[in-house]
Amino acid sequence: MKLSVLAALNAERAARRTAVLVTELASGRQRLVKAADFDADPLADALAAQVASRKSGVVAVGGNDYFLSVAVPPVKAVAIGAVHISQALAPMARLAGIDLTIVDPRTAFASKSRFPDVTVLAEWPDVALPRIGLDGHSALIALTHDPKIDDPAIAAGLSAGCFYVGALGSRKTHARRVERLAAAGFGEADIARIRAPVGLDIGAVSPAEIAVSILAEIIAAQHKKPARPVAA
Amino acid sequence: MGETTQMAASEDDILSRAEAWTREGRKVAVATVIETWGSAPRPVGSHLVIDDEGNFLGSVSGGCVEGAVVTDALDVIATGKPRTLSFGVADETAWNAGLSCGGQIRIYVEPVT
Repeated sequence: MKLSVLAALNAERAARRTAVLVTELASGRQRLVKAADFDADPLADALAAQVASRKSGVVAVGGNDYFLSVAVPPVKAVAIGAVHISQALAPMARLAGIDLTIVDPRTAFASKSRFPDVTVLAEWPDVALPRIGLDGHSALIALTHDPKIDDPAIAAGLSAGCFYVGALGSRKTHARRVERLAAAGFGEADIARIRAPVGLDIGAVSPAEIAVSILAEIIAAQHKKPARPVAA
Repeated sequence: MGETTQMAASEDDILSRAEAWTREGRKVAVATVIETWGSAPRPVGSHLVIDDEGNFLGSVSGGCVEGAVVTDALDVIATGKPRTLSFGVADETAWNAGLSCGGQIRIYVEPVT
């Protein structure tokens, strides 16, 4: 690999842009194809298929084997609530390669000193989420316990088709939340997509344990589709 | 980026380190899992970065064949020529590296030039 190619690949990764490193295995010839150039590439079809799957792989085209190394932006996650669980979740998400942003309009919570290594936006979800840009590769976790803050974020997550929408709170809290979302016009299928109580049932008690259960549930949702049957 | 991030070494970090090591003047090889069959410990696209002193970062098998890959990588660094390695089930009667999990993997090892 030429250093210039490696540097260009790292630049695309750092800028969170999609790119594919194409290696002709027999000769070692290599080229980096950026997203904008996919259509014009001789391997356009193979590139499109590989990027859609978000996975690298070997393809045979015209008698040659090519390894397509796919670089896609990391999965995005937004935690609503700069709370104790988020403090534990931030380093764990980073280790798992998830790009976490924390949103909380309460500036006492959303302080840099409480979250030294993660992006914290001291803004209301209505302001922050459109800027972050939720999509089908995003996860949203509502952790404030405050409907004024959580509800608009959950609504945004459902509307954007986030692959994971989780909300902290007891079954009773969630029942009231469901009533509010239904009143706001969300149908049964949308509401059933909310993971509540949030996280896999591992008997988590401490903030760190709850963070593990949430992260595990996000990973399951990412790799296993459908993640789990809709529970009653 | 703190120490934790460096220790954790996500795939992004690993390729960034390969670039940084090269710019520091070290000779570097990148090993990449290009194909897997059956039960394989690391997915296609996983990297191991090796320098000419045998320092390495990342993993291509979670520890089963890294030793052998590092040895081949030193050769790749010396010759400047990429090569493809294949590993299957560990042969307990021989001193060959292999995967105890029963899978097979193919690894492409290339120098950074």
